Amino acid sequence: MEYVIEMLNIRKVFGNFVANDNITLQVKKGEIHALLGENGAGKSTLMNVLFGLYQPDGGEIRVKGQPVKIANPNVANDLGIGMVHQHFMLVDTFTVTENIILGSEPTKGGTIDIKRAEEQVRELSERYGLAVDPTAKISDISVGMQQRVEILKTLYRGAEILIFDEPTAVLTPQEIQELIQIMRALVREGKSIILITHKLKEIMEVCDRVTVIRRGKGIGTLNVSETNPNELAALMVGREVHFKTEKKPSQPGKEVLEIRDLVVKDARGVTVVDHLNLTVRAGEIVGIAGVDGNGQTELVEAITGLIKAESGSIKLNGNDIFNLSPRKIMEAGVGHIPQDRHKHGLVLDFPIGENMVLQTYYKEPYSKRGILNFKAIYEKARQLIAEFDVRTPDEYTQARALSGGNQQKAIIGREVDRNPDLLIAAQPTRGLDVGAIEFIHKRLIEQRDQGKAVLLVSFELDEVMNVSDRIAVIYEGKIVAIVDPKETTEQELGLLMAGSKRKEAGVSS
Amino acid sequence: MSSNRVTNFLVPVFAVLLGMIAGSIVMLVSGYDPIAGYSALVYGAFGDSYYIGETIRQATPYILAGLAVAFAFRTGLFNIGVEGQLIVGWLAAVWVGVSFDLPKIIHLPLAILAAAAAGALWAFIPGFLKARFKVHEVIITIMMNYIALHVSNAVIRSVLSDKGFKSAKVHASASLQSEFLQSITDYSTLHYGIIVALIGAVVMWFLLEKTTKGYELRAVGFNQHASQYAGMNVPRNIILAMVISGAFAGVAGAMEGLGTFGNISVKAGFTGVGFDGIAVALLGSNNAFGIILSAFLFGALKVGALEMPSSADVPTELVDIVIALIIFFVASSYLIRLLLSRFQKEGK
Repeated sequence: MEYVIEMLNIRKVFGNFVANDNITLQVKKGEIHALLGENGAGKSTLMNVLFGLYQPDGGEIRVKGQPVKIANPNVANDLGIGMVHQHFMLVDTFTVTENIILGSEPTKGGTIDIKRAEEQVRELSERYGLAVDPTAKISDISVGMQQRVEILKTLYRGAEILIFDEPTAVLTPQEIQELIQIMRALVREGKSIILITHKLKEIMEVCDRVTVIRRGKGIGTLNVSETNPNELAALMVGREVHFKTEKKPSQPGKEVLEIRDLVVKDARGVTVVDHLNLTVRAGEIVGIAGVDGNGQTELVEAITGLIKAESGSIKLNGNDIFNLSPRKIMEAGVGHIPQDRHKHGLVLDFPIGENMVLQTYYKEPYSKRGILNFKAIYEKARQLIAEFDVRTPDEYTQARALSGGNQQKAIIGREVDRNPDLLIAAQPTRGLDVGAIEFIHKRLIEQRDQGKAVLLVSFELDEVMNVSDRIAVIYEGKIVAIVDPKETTEQELGLLMAGSKRKEAGVSS
Repeated sequence: MSSNRVTNFLVPVFAVLLGMIAGSIVMLVSGYDPIAGYSALVYGAFGDSYYIGETIRQATPYILAGLAVAFAFRTGLFNIGVEGQLIVGWLAAVWVGVSFDLPKIIHLPLAILAAAAAGALWAFIPGFLKARFKVHEVIITIMMNYIALHVSNAVIRSVLSDKGFKSAKVHASASLQSEFLQSITDYSTLHYGIIVALIGAVVMWFLLEKTTKGYELRAVGFNQHASQYAGMNVPRNIILAMVISGAFAGVAGAMEGLGTFGNISVKAGFTGVGFDGIAVALLGSNNAFGIILSAFLFGALKVGALEMPSSADVPTELVDIVIALIIFFVASSYLIRLLLSRFQKEGK
């Protein structure tokens, strides 16, 4: 079998750090090849070498058997290598077509031939079943559609080999299924795909072969049909990984969080949380399942005081916390692992140590008479870094320099350490690898076992089903069903999340 | 960490060197002798005790204006209004200086505090508008500069003088001028203001780096969302940051009113000190002690430049070009960092 891409013994060194240590990756024509590894294992470095953003310090790259030197992304484009970036590189105010042709515009008499470009885009879109409207503005289309525009960009430039960088991280379950169909269509048309991911389920579903790398070293290449998720996880992390986090049955106690008739409007005045009722008791984890955009974010922000709610009541241990300031709510006993750790969770320019006291900096021992006590602050930071296995050179390192998983561990350490009665975890494992996910799930269950109430919001059904003791399904700002994770299925949850009534979903109530 | 610090120090030094090299090219092209020009500049800044006194005197308001800009920068704000806050501070200091008869121990601090309060009030307005209505502070502070200029001119004409062009001299009990300092510097205009400026630098460092409030202000400056999440009052911190920045600018004005000039005159245009404060802060990496150094450099350039036309026939405008080039190279510090890292790599 002919290889379209061969990266042989690639070595890339940054200072003293070996990011890629003689990694070999061989991709066959017409296959979907997964590149699997934890965050920081060297996947992105390897792909940046292939795309011409980095120059390798050793090894050889061959495209269709010919040794090549990829000096910059333009050379990669000319060789038929295209990259679908995780963070889209699109101009919001341009149309789909304008974005696609940006940089290689077809011209007619000195002006852009937009008609011809639109025709070409439409043709490509139809051929691969992308269903993209060439004249739509980027700001008006969904995230899933924007990703297809990124795919079209590479196809328009004649890409034969497409690199997908964590493509499903931003997609809803339905969009993921559609993307998988698109990838299959691409392969049918003779393209080859490299899929960078740490999601084992996707690899099992769509890939032909998988190359595993761990801490910069190539571990090996396997046929997907001859392996299983457990083996892949073990290869990736270097030890056994438990997907089903072990937990005892919950022993719910008194009601900690009581939400009645909560109404929240967004900035445009649209009702996004609509007379919502929810109770979370001590010693249980309640998972909120739902498709993104059904009011989860606003629900969490209203409980924590980040936005003002319209009406209703929110009680914590029987005390009213409705529309109090974030600080008052926090001091009443609410911990919050925010959905967007860069926006809300951390001051990225602060040292990780100073981030550990973000809410408690004004209290003793961290402050005395208005003066900070750095000794106490960094002592606390060192303790939490050790306790929560935050991997950082030291506590003075900027939070920005840490990997996503370690940033998240730091936030969780900080929130758990404040010993809240209610812990709200919004998307706590987004973008993290299996090792970190396992760690975080364990910590959430540990909190539950200590008698804390835990509210988990997640778009990952696996996570909700695995960790929760009760699942509340949210749809258009309402809790439409409460189900027991042991007695439900992904199919039922999926239907409920899509707005079907319980009876229609085939479950008697 | 330590190599980072070295780089932070080296970048402004290289910027100054590059600015001077580029300046000498400009001088050569225009037919002047750069060596004679720069020696005149150095002599005019440090040549004897009189020049040294003048340089320190010039650095005094630069330090405070630089601190004002830097304080805003460090808390996520861009205070272009230092010039206007300086003018109202100058006016307030002189006003208190001529209107009261008090013992010096009360009168002088009162005049300086009045200047700080005036500058703070002038900065409160853009701070409030930003915090409450999200109006960009750059636009408001620029407009506040013009209001300050013309309001203070009107007050000088109608209140502080009888339709004249300058106020009376401030009373001796409110003056920063010092016969002692003048006598040891060959009767330069050096005054006690430099001590106030140095105290100001310590205050800014302590406030930002060591206090609980400083932690809050820096957090809000870097990330308003995370600060809100952490329970901080974001609008109040924005206003406070602007007010403190304005207070520094107001005190800079007091240095001119109570020290250098001893009065206030009707101004045809801006003093420029407030705008130069932006460059001082930039060159000093927004760090209190870096600002002291860069303010001295700017003071030396300004004062030394006066010597260039007489001893080297170089027009003073060329000095402005050199200063502009230095600012250009500081602003393009990314370029210098790149060059430095190349240099370090090759050194290895």
